Amino acid sequence: MSAVLQSLVNQPYKHGFVTDIESDIAPKGLNEDIIRLISAKKDEPEWLLSFRLKAYEKWLTMTEPEWQNVHYPKIDFQDISYYSAPKPKKKLASMDEVDPELLRTFEKLGVPMHERAALAGVAVDVIFDSVSVATTYKQKLAEVGIIFCSISEAVHTHPELVQKYLGTVVPVGDNYFAALNSAVFTDGSFCFIPKGVKCPMDLSTYFRINTEGSGQFERTLIIAEEGASVSYLEGCTAPRFDTNQLHAAVVELIALDNADIKYSTVQNWYAGDEKGVGGIYNFVTKRGLAKGVNSRISWTQVETGSAITWKYPSCILRGDNSVGEFYSVAVTNNYQQADTGTKMIHIGKNTRSTIVSKGITAGHSNSSYRGLVRIAPTAEGARNYSQCDSMLIGDQCGAHTFPYIQVHNNSATVEHEASTSKIGEDQLFYFSQRGIGAEEAVSMIINGFCKDVFQQLPMEFAVEATKLLSFKLEGSVG
Amino acid sequence: MIIENSPTILSVQGLRASINGTEILKGIDLTVKSGEIHAIMGLNGSGKSTFSKVLAGHPSYEVTGGTIQFEGKNLLELPPEERARAGLFLAFQYPIEIPGVANTQFLRLAYNTVQAQRGKEELDPLEFDDFVREKMKLLEMKPDFLDRSVNEGFSGGEKKRNEILQMALLEPKLSVLDETDSGLDIDALKIVANGVNRLTNKDNATILVTHYQRLLDYIVPDFVHVMQAGRIVMTGGKELALELETRGYDWITANKQQDAGVSA
Ligand SMILES: Nc1ncnc2c1ncn2[C@@H]1O[C@H](COP(=O)(O)OP(=O)(O)OP(=O)(O)O)[C@@H](O)[C@H]1O
Ligand SMILES: [Mg+2]
Repeated sequence: MSAVLQSLVNQPYKHGFVTDIESDIAPKGLNEDIIRLISAKKDEPEWLLSFRLKAYEKWLTMTEPEWQNVHYPKIDFQDISYYSAPKPKKKLASMDEVDPELLRTFEKLGVPMHERAALAGVAVDVIFDSVSVATTYKQKLAEVGIIFCSISEAVHTHPELVQKYLGTVVPVGDNYFAALNSAVFTDGSFCFIPKGVKCPMDLSTYFRINTEGSGQFERTLIIAEEGASVSYLEGCTAPRFDTNQLHAAVVELIALDNADIKYSTVQNWYAGDEKGVGGIYNFVTKRGLAKGVNSRISWTQVETGSAITWKYPSCILRGDNSVGEFYSVAVTNNYQQADTGTKMIHIGKNTRSTIVSKGITAGHSNSSYRGLVRIAPTAEGARNYSQCDSMLIGDQCGAHTFPYIQVHNNSATVEHEASTSKIGEDQLFYFSQRGIGAEEAVSMIINGFCKDVFQQLPMEFAVEATKLLSFKLEGSVG
Repeated sequence: MIIENSPTILSVQGLRASINGTEILKGIDLTVKSGEIHAIMGLNGSGKSTFSKVLAGHPSYEVTGGTIQFEGKNLLELPPEERARAGLFLAFQYPIEIPGVANTQFLRLAYNTVQAQRGKEELDPLEFDDFVREKMKLLEMKPDFLDRSVNEGFSGGEKKRNEILQMALLEPKLSVLDETDSGLDIDALKIVANGVNRLTNKDNATILVTHYQRLLDYIVPDFVHVMQAGRIVMTGGKELALELETRGYDWITANKQQDAGVSA
């Protein structure tokens, strides 16, 4: 590896700082009492407490999955605090009332959110350590009947909707981490787009993990009724810590007839240092149910952070003619590990799915694509197209592809393409011989490689993602 | 053309270079002046491409001795991209493929980088498109090469043409063309040679690395050098190439002792 390139990669994490806000932290450990405590703190209805307890019971019977291609020390689930919240001061009527310390944090993160909200027309539902502290543009959205708030708020304001849909796409016992989340989730976003409404702006949430040692268990639920459509953006970053932090989120999407949900993520959590110390463990269950006819669920993700990523945003294509999409860029560097991909479950007739996965692996990192395409016997005329490309930077990293294809209907068409390429010294030399420096060269190659995914992102996000990638990979080549 | 008192563009003295501890270049001396065309010939593995890449600053090679002056600058102090911006151009023997990067995007970035360096106007995508299409006509290249990824899936000859297209765009002070003729059919050879001839003038210089007299019929060199085991062992005029064509290289080895060190 040339020295220039090496120095470029090894730029320290920009967002490594801890905001000092008084936290209200539950004692470490997980048991029924803790779950009752969380539920009580949040003043939850009885049905939600039983939802949690049922999940906890399931969780106790389950074992941590080991099939994924990642390695990490055993997590001690009793050594985690399952609840932490900034001390409630008073209800916030506007952004001006938000803790200035918190605002400064967002400033440092490059998210001047009031401006951002105003200028870009993005409503930001800010999640700060499990509790929503501010919501903007709620008014404007309310005018068209859209509900966009924290899930704990929704539990109180729209209990019937939450109760109707929560856990219907990801059942409480779906997998180890989803069961854990269902038992202890503290907050997240709730979004409901009523019949026939096209959401007038992209909805956006910035997540941030802030208390050392506290697990983060977000829960997001998005429902698009008949003919509704929404584009939801999730972006996150975290401060620098040396102890690993567990993150196990659950996201459920439900699209009814002719509805359309587009969910985009740019994930940049602390990945650990260049030696692999610290970083977030990111075990996420994301699943969309294309329940109605002609409905569409589209996942786009740019995964650049976390020490470990375990994540398979999936689509259940139940409605006839429904469409599922998964566009992913996963970047790993240093000692990061990622096992990510998707599941496309075709149930309805003429359902279609597209998978485009781009893995970029640098340093000593390890990246796996794991994808399942299942065509059920009922899925007459179903079609899938999958494309999995890996790019290796340097020779100490590893990329793996695990496609699982299960076709139970002869009329289905399933196509899978895969490729592996490498950014080599000779490519960079070619650029430099034409006067183009390594940084620009890497960014050009990477952007070319990720083009198909980036063009799925909303404009602003695409620009951010492009920069983030160049930043993550600068210097890793040579 | 040899011009009286024309300025020296490149001056190489006692250049030694190795790769992975193996010395490949063992003391090269070469002076190239403005307006001149030099041909370097020699057996496979004699070090011609190595010399070209060392000039351009390939990071795999370690320069262990000697000096390279390029337009009065110490070339060895400059990273490869600055050598290129200073006007040194290498047409690669094996141009590498860059999947996913559109040729036109690459060409424009290269062009604008050099333009910026020279304090000249940079072109936006539309302006550049017109400009590059004109240059492509010179080489009889189809415009669809613009939209394809850099060199990806190009035939051997198409890659070579794409190299000369870059030379035409960048207007270098010194062009080193490493076996640009190999892989070209007869018609393409004429087109490319013709293109190169139109780009050479009294203010720049060209080094042609080739195995064949054929190219030198079209681009007539002022000097022909023979490289052997990492040294230039003989230098002559264009007739030397003809002699090599008929006699091969063996006789040089025999006379090596007395002829070594002859230089332009
Ligand atoms: N990485 C390496 N390690 C050891 N030797 C190398 C390495 N790379 C190149 N060489 C050797 O350097 C010598 C010079 O190679 P070079 O490519 O410069 O030859 P050339 O004159 O251009 O040959 P050709 O006419 O075949 O293009 C060859 O013997 C080659 O095997
Ligand atoms: Mg060669």
